[in-house]
Amino acid sequence: MQATPLLTIKDLRVTVAGREILTGMNLVVNAGEVHAIMGPNGSGKSTLAHVLAGREGYTITAGSAIFRDQDLLAMAPEERARAGLFLGFQYPVEVPGVSNVYLLRAALNARRKARGEAEIDTAQFLRLVREKAKLMQLNESFLNRGVNEGFSGGEKKRNEIFQMAVLEPVLGILDETDSGLDIDALKVVANGVNSQRGPDRAFVLVTHYQRLLDYIQPDFVHVLAGGRIIRTGDKSLALELEAQGYDQTVAAARNQSQIAR
Amino acid sequence: MDSKVQNPGLDELVSRRYQHGFVTDIESDTVAPGHSEDVIRFISRKKEEPEFLLEWRLKAYRHWLTMREPEWARLHYPPIDYQDISYYSAPKKTPGLKSLDEVDPKLLATYEKLGVPLHERARLAGVAVDAVFDSVSVTTTFRDKLAAAGVIFCSFSEAAREHPELVRQYLGTVVPYRDNYFAALNSAMFTDGSFVYIPKGVRCPMELSTYFRINQAKTGQFERTLIIAEEGSHVSYLEGCTAPQRDENQLHAAVVELVALKDATIKYSTVQNWYPGDENGVGGIYNFVTKRGDCRGANSKISWTQVEAGSAITWKYPSCILRGENSVGEFYSVAVTNNLQQADTGTKMIHIGRNTRSTIVSKGIAAGRSQSSYRGLVKVLPTAEGARNFTQCDSLLMGSHSAAHTFPYMEIRHPGAIVEHEATTSKIGDDQLFYCRQRGLSQEDAVNLIVNGFCKQVFRELPMEFAVEAQNLLNVSLEGAVG
Ligand SMILES: Nc1ncnc2c1ncn2[C@@H]1O[C@H](COP(=O)(O)OP(=O)(O)OP(=O)(O)O)[C@@H](O)[C@H]1O
Ligand SMILES: [Mg+2]
Repeated sequence: MQATPLLTIKDLRVTVAGREILTGMNLVVNAGEVHAIMGPNGSGKSTLAHVLAGREGYTITAGSAIFRDQDLLAMAPEERARAGLFLGFQYPVEVPGVSNVYLLRAALNARRKARGEAEIDTAQFLRLVREKAKLMQLNESFLNRGVNEGFSGGEKKRNEIFQMAVLEPVLGILDETDSGLDIDALKVVANGVNSQRGPDRAFVLVTHYQRLLDYIQPDFVHVLAGGRIIRTGDKSLALELEAQGYDQTVAAARNQSQIAR
Repeated sequence: MDSKVQNPGLDELVSRRYQHGFVTDIESDTVAPGHSEDVIRFISRKKEEPEFLLEWRLKAYRHWLTMREPEWARLHYPPIDYQDISYYSAPKKTPGLKSLDEVDPKLLATYEKLGVPLHERARLAGVAVDAVFDSVSVTTTFRDKLAAAGVIFCSFSEAAREHPELVRQYLGTVVPYRDNYFAALNSAMFTDGSFVYIPKGVRCPMELSTYFRINQAKTGQFERTLIIAEEGSHVSYLEGCTAPQRDENQLHAAVVELVALKDATIKYSTVQNWYPGDENGVGGIYNFVTKRGDCRGANSKISWTQVEAGSAITWKYPSCILRGENSVGEFYSVAVTNNLQQADTGTKMIHIGRNTRSTIVSKGIAAGRSQSSYRGLVKVLPTAEGARNFTQCDSLLMGSHSAAHTFPYMEIRHPGAIVEHEATTSKIGDDQLFYCRQRGLSQEDAVNLIVNGFCKQVFRELPMEFAVEAQNLLNVSLEGAVG
């Protein structure tokens, strides 16, 4: 079977405040795949996620990112979202006074409008959000609360996956969605992601813990260090990293690049 | 700024009067610019007012001449030349119309353009509309239905003619003409406005709505509104304003007086959208308003809700005097400023009676290079045992050139009073915007969403149809404010 690339990142270099954070990033994500990205603090994982989603404040100095045959880096954040890219935030922000369902409905309708479809009708919408809230074991009271307003850390993360479940993106980039979750919530979140896996969709999971990967089986595990992927493997790489830490891998990669020079 | 006040001396006044040729204009519909006792007599005669009202106006005028324009507000504007203002102008067609069909179609077309579909509003929504066009009422509807309930809803001039005893009893009892500079000017010069009287025990069968407009260039407008709610009655009053683009600043100095007797409730909602001036601050309305409610009877309640989006300058402090035992005062406000707009607004809650309660929720949004100030006074007198106040005032800044200021004053003279104050200032966050856009919303929609969320506490106090209008108004006012 021929693999369909959803996202192709080539030699991406990004600077923030004059400092190069991504230093030549390469990654291909095909439809149907789940990729895990691990790596030390400050190695550039969130930076990658933000750059892909179109956050301001980053300077792209080289490279490209093609998403579904479009030049991702040339698109506005909302265009990327409407094209099917979803970012689950490491730190979801509060939007006081704006109810969760209100934001979701606006988001859903913006996508439909971009596709030339009519707005979703209220009954259909409510059915959809109720179903997904149940999947994420979110109490319905969360639907009418302000977006992330006063949510606990774990609730915010669950809310991100709930939003993703409603919006049904093609590519979900989840930045440390597992951090701060208790063991039951972790299962709920994993279950939420798994229920959305399919041949046309893909996920990139940024995580520090291989535990998440016990519940969501990845096809690939990458190590991001110093702003680029230094090693790629399968699920067993995560176990190895968990046992040994990043030092060896990073040191080995450094040696290798010195030899290459 | 010591010479902001331009109160000419008396000699100068006298000579100016002739210079402006006022006397020759006496039969026309507009008086030449300038103020004088003769101008006041002219207005009063035009309105066929009872003698006591003319006397009251003259007293107010003489007092005003001794006053100085206030300078304490955080507002900056060139001096106003009060001799350059025309104090009376009537639309070409005269009042006395029984239905909308009799209204000049051009007038109705203007309303349409401004998004005030009078037909729909009045008929479908069951709202009685008393529209003030320039200085004279031109159309009043739903009189019959209101009359059946015993409610009086008419122009102020008409009330002065038809119900002089009520006007005489209540006029100036909440806002005396000596109250402040602009109130005194209004008391002398007011041309029209609305009058509402709700009899004992009556719940007004519909929302009462007035749309004010300023039409003629260089016409200061001085409305006077008086609402009296008798024992056990209830009324909700909506005031909305829009104005066409003007190059020259226009002065607006309205006075609104509310009287709530025992067990009565008055809810007064405003959406204000006068011309704010262009992006360089040219033109725009100067809006100096005195609004005050008197909770005169026990268990009475007065609730102010305002959405202030227009005007170059807003100077406005809708207040409550909580005289009656257990009376309740509320103030919910959204003030939006953009470009070079300036708003100095807030409220005063004066606790006199026992167990009086007040709530203040103020939301200021400042964009562009605008300035927004909240100024509020909570005063608890020694008689106000068990008084409580809760104040929350939040400011939202958009861009880095706008500013918000908060001036909460408290004068607590009863040791048992419970007064709480919360204040926050935040910037509309790039992270919030990015979050919403990542979900698929456009930048514009994201801004609107965040701003409307910020204002929710106030919007939910507005009558339904007004709430939607207010949201739209905010969206329009902040167009292009971010990004
Ligand atoms: N706006 C910024 N200004 C300055 N430095 C920044 C900025 N944003 C990111 N950085 C720096 O870029 C580097 C990469 O940050 P990033 O958030 O991508 O790391 P991360 O891999 O996600 O780390 P973590 O595992 O802790 O979440 C860090 O050193 C960080 O301090
Ligand atoms: Mg991170």
